[in-house]
Amino acid sequence: MSKVVIIGNGIAGITAARHIRKDSDHEIVVISAESKYFFSRTALMYIYMGHMKFEHTQPYENWFWNKNNIQLVQAYVTKIESDKKHILLQSGEVIPYDKLILALGSKPREMPLDGINLLGVQSLYSKQDLYLMEINTEGVKQAVVVGGGLIGIEMAEMLHSRGIHVTLVVREDSYWNMVLPAEESQMVNRHIISRGIDLKLSQTVSEIIGDTKIERVILDDKSILNCQFLGITIGVDANIDFLKNSEIETNRGILVDDNLQTNIEDIYAIGDCVELQNPPEGRRAMEPVWYTGRIMGETVAANICHGPRKYEPGIWFNSAKFFDLEYQTYGFVPSSPQDGYDSFYWEDKKSERSIRIVLNTDKTVVGIVSMGIRIRHEVCENWIESGKTLDYALSHLADIDFDPELCRKFEKEVATSNPV
Amino acid sequence: MQKIYTYLIIAGFFVFLAIPFSSFHVLTPNTVHEVIEGSERASLLDNELRSIMGGEIGNLPLQRQLNQAFEVANGSILAKYSLTDEQIGNVAGLMVTNRLNKSSIDSLFSGPEAEFQKSAFSNYGNWLYGKAYATEEASLQVLETIRENINNYEIIPKLGFDRYQKKNIKYGLAKASLTGPSITHPWLTLFLSFGLIIIGTLGLSFAQLIEPAGIKNNDVFKHPATSRKWLGGIIGVFLIGFYIILYFYPEFMISWVAIVDPISYLLKGSGAGHFFLYGFIYTVSVLVMGVRMIIKYRHNRYQIIRTISVMFFQTVLAFLLPEILVRLNQPYFDFKNIWPLDYDFFFDFELNKLIASGQIGIFMLVWGITLALIGVPLFTYFYGKRWYCSWVCGCGGLAETLGDPFRQLSDKSLKAWKFEQGSIYTVLVFAVVMTIGVLYTYFTGASQVLGINTFSMREVYGAVIGAGFAGVIGTGFYPFMGNRVWCRFGCPLAGYMGIIQRIKSRFRITTNGGQCISCGNCSTYCEMGIDVRAYAQKGENIVRASCVGCGVCAAVCPRGVLKLENGPSEDRFEANGFIK
Repeated sequence: MSKVVIIGNGIAGITAARHIRKDSDHEIVVISAESKYFFSRTALMYIYMGHMKFEHTQPYENWFWNKNNIQLVQAYVTKIESDKKHILLQSGEVIPYDKLILALGSKPREMPLDGINLLGVQSLYSKQDLYLMEINTEGVKQAVVVGGGLIGIEMAEMLHSRGIHVTLVVREDSYWNMVLPAEESQMVNRHIISRGIDLKLSQTVSEIIGDTKIERVILDDKSILNCQFLGITIGVDANIDFLKNSEIETNRGILVDDNLQTNIEDIYAIGDCVELQNPPEGRRAMEPVWYTGRIMGETVAANICHGPRKYEPGIWFNSAKFFDLEYQTYGFVPSSPQDGYDSFYWEDKKSERSIRIVLNTDKTVVGIVSMGIRIRHEVCENWIESGKTLDYALSHLADIDFDPELCRKFEKEVATSNPV
Repeated sequence: MQKIYTYLIIAGFFVFLAIPFSSFHVLTPNTVHEVIEGSERASLLDNELRSIMGGEIGNLPLQRQLNQAFEVANGSILAKYSLTDEQIGNVAGLMVTNRLNKSSIDSLFSGPEAEFQKSAFSNYGNWLYGKAYATEEASLQVLETIRENINNYEIIPKLGFDRYQKKNIKYGLAKASLTGPSITHPWLTLFLSFGLIIIGTLGLSFAQLIEPAGIKNNDVFKHPATSRKWLGGIIGVFLIGFYIILYFYPEFMISWVAIVDPISYLLKGSGAGHFFLYGFIYTVSVLVMGVRMIIKYRHNRYQIIRTISVMFFQTVLAFLLPEILVRLNQPYFDFKNIWPLDYDFFFDFELNKLIASGQIGIFMLVWGITLALIGVPLFTYFYGKRWYCSWVCGCGGLAETLGDPFRQLSDKSLKAWKFEQGSIYTVLVFAVVMTIGVLYTYFTGASQVLGINTFSMREVYGAVIGAGFAGVIGTGFYPFMGNRVWCRFGCPLAGYMGIIQRIKSRFRITTNGGQCISCGNCSTYCEMGIDVRAYAQKGENIVRASCVGCGVCAAVCPRGVLKLENGPSEDRFEANGFIK
């Protein structure tokens, strides 16, 4: 039996803890400064909108941790001394470990502008950010959110739910078009506008003005937006500042090998804070999403309990919801036309629904994206893995249909449409 | 505009609450004689009520006066018919010296009611014949018991007023003597109470159409009605009070019953009773809040069609058809109410009623038995219990419409699940045992089974489970414990179907690969308190006895993870392998 210390209780750290417990009798300590209990970060927006209370975002009841002999410590880790195999807490306490797992998560990227410290200017990542946002948005009539990613649109939705006028400022010329293909991206643009959001494309905030509180921002085109709240959601970076002076090698994230081990033996890193030295084919070195955090947690647990295990995330998948528009993606989907790839695209004329099937030069399926339609993970993966043809896909659309029963079917219309 | 609708609802509600206070009763000798059977008894009560005849009197004072009158009337009836101390003394004296027989006792009774007393004593005291007692004291004790029995089981029920008659007379007199807005301006009163509430609620619902379609649960946990705050408390207390009065003290709600008289006359040509009022409120709630539900989920056809289904079954099968049947001189029958939820289906008076009604009665009997024993398991195998619970059932219909705003208040803890398993199967066993007992009595005539009286068993079930659990707690607790308290913890039919759904059914909620982000929307909005997320985040399907298949977990999921579907029953429990 050895002692495993996990820093960070997000999806990556907690998945690791649960699987280590399942497969061993190691002593497990999970440390987090943010909250004692694990909660779903992706659900913070629903607390603000009143859909849920904080307790609803906790996937396990509080007795779960004791029962499974997983110790939770709410504390801030200041230093890792890998030569002595222990970590230091802000309180001065020293916690020794046999195996250390860094699941540090990320932190909001800062904007290099004066005025980011004014009252009413903030990002949204942590539980504390959420409570701050609650205070910062009290009585607010106009808000600006800068950043064209997932947190930005969530923040816009949150503010909008309180009747606050929101301007969403996006650097790109179409929402999230470094990920979404043009048609899907434009559908989201239209959707954002239809929800009553003022969408400013190809713009960014160049100046933040206010005395102690934010009063207005100035955009690239010199236009002035009055606002009492500014949300900065221009991306996230690995949360690794306190490792700067440690032995652990970092670049943009903590560098890990194929087994998620850092340069130092017995120290692993998982989740958002990781930078893969040799990413699997078709995958990026940093993928700060829920699912990779979870798969890394499973992998590192196997590593610790059963010996070397490679991180094999399988075929990429992700999903999101933009206001009321659901999005799912599987496999490789280039955001702009790319040599060697072709795509079949169908868009409903009557409602916000679309399906895209990406094909390679062999005319076999390599990626699938849907908007406003739910599709089956298992089947999509199977099509991609076994390289199904477009004809096969179009004649088997019913297999991927995951929409609720009795919904208007898309199969026939898609199969008989003229590819775009 | 939204404010105006809210004010309309509040105004209608206040009118409704004010009606009992602006209604009075004017009693006349005529009403007393119309309501009470037997002119001697009617005259007795009539005499006692002289002081309030012709004057306006409120409901509470009227009930008080009636209680007093009953007491006095029963007293004078007892004084007239009951055995006197002297008569008892005589019999006791006889018992010490002689063995009793009928003629020796009969000779002791004289006076105007001697014939009555003779026959009563021979009914209740014939077991004394041939007996002798050593002391007068011992025989007096025995005779005192006999006198009590004659008083309680012979004189009061047949000549005076027992518990049931008092209840009926109080209700009947209050109804017949009522005067007030609902009598003088029936349609206006109906409009100003129910009408305003309906218009206001529909207005608020239609106002949502200006917002784009989609899941809108904004502020559910901040609104005072839907988050266990003050307004929810008021609604809950009102509902609980309403159910207690409805089931146990209906004579106090006469002025409310009279509001729906116009509707009752239209439908069936006679005045309303309190269960007609209840049926009316129930149906209107399902319809009006059903419209709200459809508007709220207008982007989801499963929800729309399901809601139309419960609205149809409540309105046509539960409310209109039984009344029409009665009007056609056929037995009152709700074709979609199924044993053991319909716990009195096998009661003797129900069976006798159906058997006495000729072919249609026999059809109803066969229909009910077939549905319970063959239909339920078959449909539940193919579609899960949702075919009934969230598509057909009346309790489910109310929960899915009126109750929808409260669905998030169900308890998701493991403890609650354990409690649920204990309570729902206890009720199921109780219902089955009670029914077996009642049928045993029906066929053999013996009222005792293993030392338990089947009549008191069914009486306890009716009061505690039928009225208390299903009604008072089931609906009254919406604002405290969510909209499915009865369905989750009590309904024996749900328990029965749950066993089938869990063991052998094609229904499941499929989890879509590894897409779950553990956000908790599904669990939060599960009215049955199922921790849906616990399965979804492991890549497992949800196969739970309690799931009523409302589909809201799938609707609120932001990542398209959940889908209700029917498929091969064998592989339902296997994890999909995307999450280890």
